[in-house]
Amino acid sequence: MDGAPTAPDVIEDEAESSVEKPLARPPLVLHRRNFSWLTERISGVVEQPAPRWWWVCFTITGTIAMFGLFCLGYQISTGVGTWGLNHPVGWAWDITNFVFWIGIGHAGTLISAILFLLRQKWRTSINRSAEAMTLFAVMCAAIFPGVHVGRVWMAWYLAPIPNAFGIWPNFRSPLMWDVFAVSTYFTVSVLFWYTGLIPDLATLRDRATTKIKKFLFGVFACGWRGSNRNWRHYEMAYLLLAGLATPLVLSVHSVVSFDFATSILPTWHTTIFPPYFVAGAIFGGFAMVLTLLIPARAMFKLHDIITPQHIDKMAKIILLTGSFVTYAYTMEFFTAWYSGNAYERFAFWNRVFGPYWWYWWVGMLFCNTLSPQLFWFRWCRRNIFVVYFVCMCVNAGMWFERFIIIVGGLHRDFIPSSWGMFYPTWVDIWTFVGTLGIFTSLFLLFVRFLPMIAMSEVKITLPEADAHYGSTNGQHPAMSGATERT
Amino acid sequence: MKTPSGHEVYGIGAEYPSAAALYEAAKMVRDAGFKRWDVHSPFPIHGMDEAMGLGKSWLSAVVLAGGISGLLTAALMEFGPSSILYPLVVHGKPTNFMTVPAFFPIMFEMTVLFSAFAAFFAVLIMNGLPRPHHPIFNWDRFSRVTNDGFFIVIEARDPRFTEMEARELLERSGGQHITIVHED
Repeated sequence: MDGAPTAPDVIEDEAESSVEKPLARPPLVLHRRNFSWLTERISGVVEQPAPRWWWVCFTITGTIAMFGLFCLGYQISTGVGTWGLNHPVGWAWDITNFVFWIGIGHAGTLISAILFLLRQKWRTSINRSAEAMTLFAVMCAAIFPGVHVGRVWMAWYLAPIPNAFGIWPNFRSPLMWDVFAVSTYFTVSVLFWYTGLIPDLATLRDRATTKIKKFLFGVFACGWRGSNRNWRHYEMAYLLLAGLATPLVLSVHSVVSFDFATSILPTWHTTIFPPYFVAGAIFGGFAMVLTLLIPARAMFKLHDIITPQHIDKMAKIILLTGSFVTYAYTMEFFTAWYSGNAYERFAFWNRVFGPYWWYWWVGMLFCNTLSPQLFWFRWCRRNIFVVYFVCMCVNAGMWFERFIIIVGGLHRDFIPSSWGMFYPTWVDIWTFVGTLGIFTSLFLLFVRFLPMIAMSEVKITLPEADAHYGSTNGQHPAMSGATERT
Repeated sequence: MKTPSGHEVYGIGAEYPSAAALYEAAKMVRDAGFKRWDVHSPFPIHGMDEAMGLGKSWLSAVVLAGGISGLLTAALMEFGPSSILYPLVVHGKPTNFMTVPAFFPIMFEMTVLFSAFAAFFAVLIMNGLPRPHHPIFNWDRFSRVTNDGFFIVIEARDPRFTEMEARELLERSGGQHITIVHED
């Protein structure tokens, strides 16, 4: 990274200048960095030898991932009985983990698609890594429903394939919708992510120093040469993929919530679930984005690209979506009381004072409802340690929330004779911990081998990327023309 | 067209110092009446399509076709088995078209899936990618295009192309490092 051509290091402190002009938008890339500085710094992460901390982290996460893979192998070869599932709790950690991971993925698509449609330029610094996070989270999520079917080798029954038995899947089942929603979500996320990567892979190709690198990056860059005739179709494709991913991401967690909402179980059988789940997914996902990006930003010295302003904005989204889920939690209690249904009322009383009481007090109340309230204060949003603390709370809280919804509904059924508790086995625990290892290992590999920030997109946010930069009036010709017209 | 050394000429290229300079130059090349030419930049420049005289991309039409085919595929895939081949009565519900709301989620997902594939393959095919080699890569300065370089290349096969005229135009528009790019 040394010898990178840079603009004069500090011309003026942007923070101060934005205090003088309170309505001026603070720059998205600090210290007046130029195009080639961005290329150097972001490509440098991939091109330089892996730092020692990377090897330490990867060894740890890789080992944990191996434990997870071992547990999966053990579970598949022995049977679902190795998990603590039993009557009446037939869904527990497995589906909790599924919903937890798939929810985390949603933040990536929100950043890459919804914020793109809303013209939020700050997304460019974080969208690539958030999208990668989406893919890895969905991979981890897919493990659980895949494995919990019991006989994994029969999973092809889910696909509508003509077969010798003449049987077909039930397309009206929410579980079937889930199969289509999650697999579509993963496929579309891959396409969107890869489309965005093509120009950056071309950058790495043009900078490659060895033949092998040049060949590999060259193959995946598809011969991209930055032609405007290509950019024209590319931008349209990107816009349409964003437009498609937006309703898709909202549909995925809605469909996940239908798995519960279409049942008759108290606390599951509610119409509030789709928006409640989607808001919770984005809430938990943003916390995970920050959990990964804050260390990555410090390790690779990306402070000029992922600025305090970016973290501030993500914290605000956590506050917003955290308020959505708080509203949903409150409304669930109100509905239970207002319904006059004894089972509903009992289920929610049981949530707060039943055997899993501390899951609610710690997970839902403290982690999800109270901790994000710190983000009302600018000081908290600008303090990395407070932000990290809240994100860790939310990460944990969202797992607890899913556990409360799933096991909380199941362990106290309509008839007291069918009540029971759930106790996880070591396989349950290590499969979940293992997916944390798989997720972080994949993310570490991603930052080593692919540009973790979308270079071609961040460059657009620099003022000199504007076609009218430096012109006398600095206005768009259409606008200046309008004033001349009489 | 060949150079004195016997190389086939692909075109003539010029480098520009900034996105704004490239934008102004593109308008000049457009107004000079060239058709086979292109602008290369590390990122898409807003307004460049108009500056080059290009219309709106028709990629959206391909995606619409993809979406419609996805919707129809899903409808066929769902109602074929569920209503005809293997009618499955669940919760006592009929298997006819009146139960269509329960089939919507999969129809929606398949519509999005097919549209996304259409967008992805259309952007590659319409751009003529993947293309492992291109004559433009013979120009050593051109590797900056994915970093901070801004280029205009006028192709030799343009009917209006003469080396003198093209070179003069690129010089007048502020181009630097004006270079003849070889085919091979």
